[in-house]
Amino acid sequence: MSAVTTHDDAHHEEHPSGIMRWITTTNHKDIGTLYLWFSFAMFFVGGTMALIIRTELFMPGLQVVDPQFFNSMTTLHGLIMVFGAVMPAAVGLANWMIPIMIGAPDMALPRMNNWSFWILPFAGFMLVVTLFLPGGAPAGGWTMYPPLTLQTGDAFPFLIFSVHLLGMSSIMGSINIIATILNLRAPGMTLMKMPLFVWTWLITAFLLVAVMPVLAGAVTMMLTDKYFGTAFFTAAGGGDPVMFQHIFWFFGHPEVYIIVLPAFGVLSQIVPVFARKPLFGYSSMVYATASIAFLSFIVWAHHMYTVGMPLAGQLYFMYATVLISVPTGVKVFNWTATMWRGSMTFETPMLFAIGSIVLFTLGGFTGLMLGVAPADFQYHDSYFVVAHFHYTLVTGAVIGIMGGVYLWLPKWTGRMYDEKLGKIHFWLTMIGFNLTFFPQHFLGLAGMPRRIPDYALQFTDWNMMSSVGSYIFGFAQLILVYVVIKCVRGEGEKATNEVWEGAEGLEWTLPSPPPYHSFTTPPEVK
Amino acid sequence: MALTGRQSLFAALTGSLVAGPALAIQPYNMPVGVTETSRTIYDLHMLVFWVCVVIGIGVFAVMFYSIWKHRKSRGHEAAKFHESTLVEFVWTVIPFAILIAIAVPATKAMIDIEDTADSDMTVKITAYQWKWHYDYLDDGVSFYSSLATPRDEIYNEAPKGEHYLLQVDNEVVLPVNKKVRFLLTANDVIHAWWIPDLAVKRDAIPGFVNEMWTRIEKPGVYRGQCAELCGRDHGFMPIVVRAVEQDEYDKWVAEKKGSVAGGASTTGNPEVTTTSGAVDDSGDTDDLAAEQDRNHDA
Repeated sequence: MSAVTTHDDAHHEEHPSGIMRWITTTNHKDIGTLYLWFSFAMFFVGGTMALIIRTELFMPGLQVVDPQFFNSMTTLHGLIMVFGAVMPAAVGLANWMIPIMIGAPDMALPRMNNWSFWILPFAGFMLVVTLFLPGGAPAGGWTMYPPLTLQTGDAFPFLIFSVHLLGMSSIMGSINIIATILNLRAPGMTLMKMPLFVWTWLITAFLLVAVMPVLAGAVTMMLTDKYFGTAFFTAAGGGDPVMFQHIFWFFGHPEVYIIVLPAFGVLSQIVPVFARKPLFGYSSMVYATASIAFLSFIVWAHHMYTVGMPLAGQLYFMYATVLISVPTGVKVFNWTATMWRGSMTFETPMLFAIGSIVLFTLGGFTGLMLGVAPADFQYHDSYFVVAHFHYTLVTGAVIGIMGGVYLWLPKWTGRMYDEKLGKIHFWLTMIGFNLTFFPQHFLGLAGMPRRIPDYALQFTDWNMMSSVGSYIFGFAQLILVYVVIKCVRGEGEKATNEVWEGAEGLEWTLPSPPPYHSFTTPPEVK
Repeated sequence: MALTGRQSLFAALTGSLVAGPALAIQPYNMPVGVTETSRTIYDLHMLVFWVCVVIGIGVFAVMFYSIWKHRKSRGHEAAKFHESTLVEFVWTVIPFAILIAIAVPATKAMIDIEDTADSDMTVKITAYQWKWHYDYLDDGVSFYSSLATPRDEIYNEAPKGEHYLLQVDNEVVLPVNKKVRFLLTANDVIHAWWIPDLAVKRDAIPGFVNEMWTRIEKPGVYRGQCAELCGRDHGFMPIVVRAVEQDEYDKWVAEKKGSVAGGASTTGNPEVTTTSGAVDDSGDTDDLAAEQDRNHDA
């Protein structure tokens, strides 16, 4: 950005360089990049914890870690992956792509954008530093159920405030996304012309604004229970431990859609590009997304079938839960119909998209199984659940987002990524992921509870397979680091504006990489 | 320990990964179990599973046919269609019908599972960090039950027994073909009582009394574990139920009443930490000495 222009807006091009550029930036592309790098770093922190878990579980007996530390690992792995890796990655994509997809010059609230990112590293630090506090890191599970979580040592307030900060960051990010989409669309870009990624993010942002304060409320009540003598969740004081679960899952169920919907948006961008055919059923995709979002608010107690709800309650939550498979099915059918009679090529983004759709569908099937309340008495809190949510969240969200990274990396950096490495990354990810998580279905059905550091002998073989798979899956991700760094350093073929033959949309009309400020005069959308 | 660790690692690698496939495959599906409930749940599980398999085959067949045939490298030209109200209507309605077909048996099963009326006997289960207390309300028998696997096995200093981690000092003895009602509560944090073969799982929650029931049809030993994360030794509080004929059960009750109820655990959890002070709230204090005797050093 050294080019000095005589243009009236030239002062916009001046910004600090070096570290101050990143600390003070209000530019959506810079902030998007920050989000993505932060998320990538946290992905490896959380991933390392997963590998510690899988190493301990490689065989029966306690070999590597103490059971309390093991519980801290499962707890932090969950919190870091959800709040530190997946959600910031989705916000990073939103920051980068939404303005250039709708023809806006930047996000609507750029200063808040800076603030919402820069809260994150501190929140992440507060969470990770608990590992070094007396009493150890939180070990009550990422769901933080009391009374167990109230037994946390000095790490407890750190956990609560970290969740508060992460929530504030998410709320600010969401408000910004809503304000941007509703106010800054280019002339002619009506709501029903928006790219589907923008639609899924608009809906996700509303979910976030609705449920993050609920989580903040729940953890604050727990904080006052611990330090200020209240008894919201303590039975001995007349409180109700189950109430926490209801409040938590009122946040927690929409949260899983918060994680997965932006990735669904990414998939809906990728498939038409490589099928060279418009997305099938655009409007039904929008309605399906909205239905999923609505249903996500009224199914929360299916996470708690075993707490002893009244029969009518269990039946209601069962019916509402299985209903979600209808709009989710519509999405999968639409993607398949988009591929049907297309002219497909299989570059890395398309491979990731297909992998994501196929494996997410498997996660959807186990979701239907889990939704059936009587059967859930056997599945609940077993490894079957672990397999299920990794099939939905890792393949639906993480692998979907990686597809987006490959799709847009040439746009962001101006360089084509290494296709051969991308394909190797894809196949190793598929093999590693399935080897890790498919056997966990068997473990859960055979009766292995989740969150245990040691297990009975009949679970040995599947656990070993799973641990071997986890190493393949984990180390394969280093390939992505290398691929990204190569592009960032300007190695590789120069990317054109369109990048992909089948690409359509405003973002592909900009140069690759796009100028620091794009669409300073709004484009006209027909 | 390091040495035995490595030896068992080697044995495990050669034994399970190389010779493993030649041996029996370890369990990979839900047990059919020994109660009517467990069979109902198994059937429901398999029904939904096969529904998913059929839908999966249908969807993936279309997708992979398309991936195989409709590719640019085969010179396939892209069609232009992008919606079809009829198709979209059909694939919204069909799943809906399938869901109703699943919901009917599921509702029946649910109603049956929740019906705890007309039970023949009641056992109250109280969960502690990290053991169970059983109270036979009709027979006046009560005792604690905790892990019986020696520390040496857990820390790889001795070969692991057949029922590693799934053995207890005092088994729960129940008569077969009797409707047994369980009342569940907890003294400190939330636990969950789960035996896959009986298909019973319910949370034990402090301040609440939950109910569930079972009717075991076959004599035998059935093993399970705590299913709700309850702290450091969550993985080390197993459950063992021995189902016997009525006369044998009566003998057991008489025997139990003769001896002092509530055996202290002699072996048990690896190093209990002092995270919980809640055990002290217990009304039943006969086992606390044993609890405190354990190594409190983390």
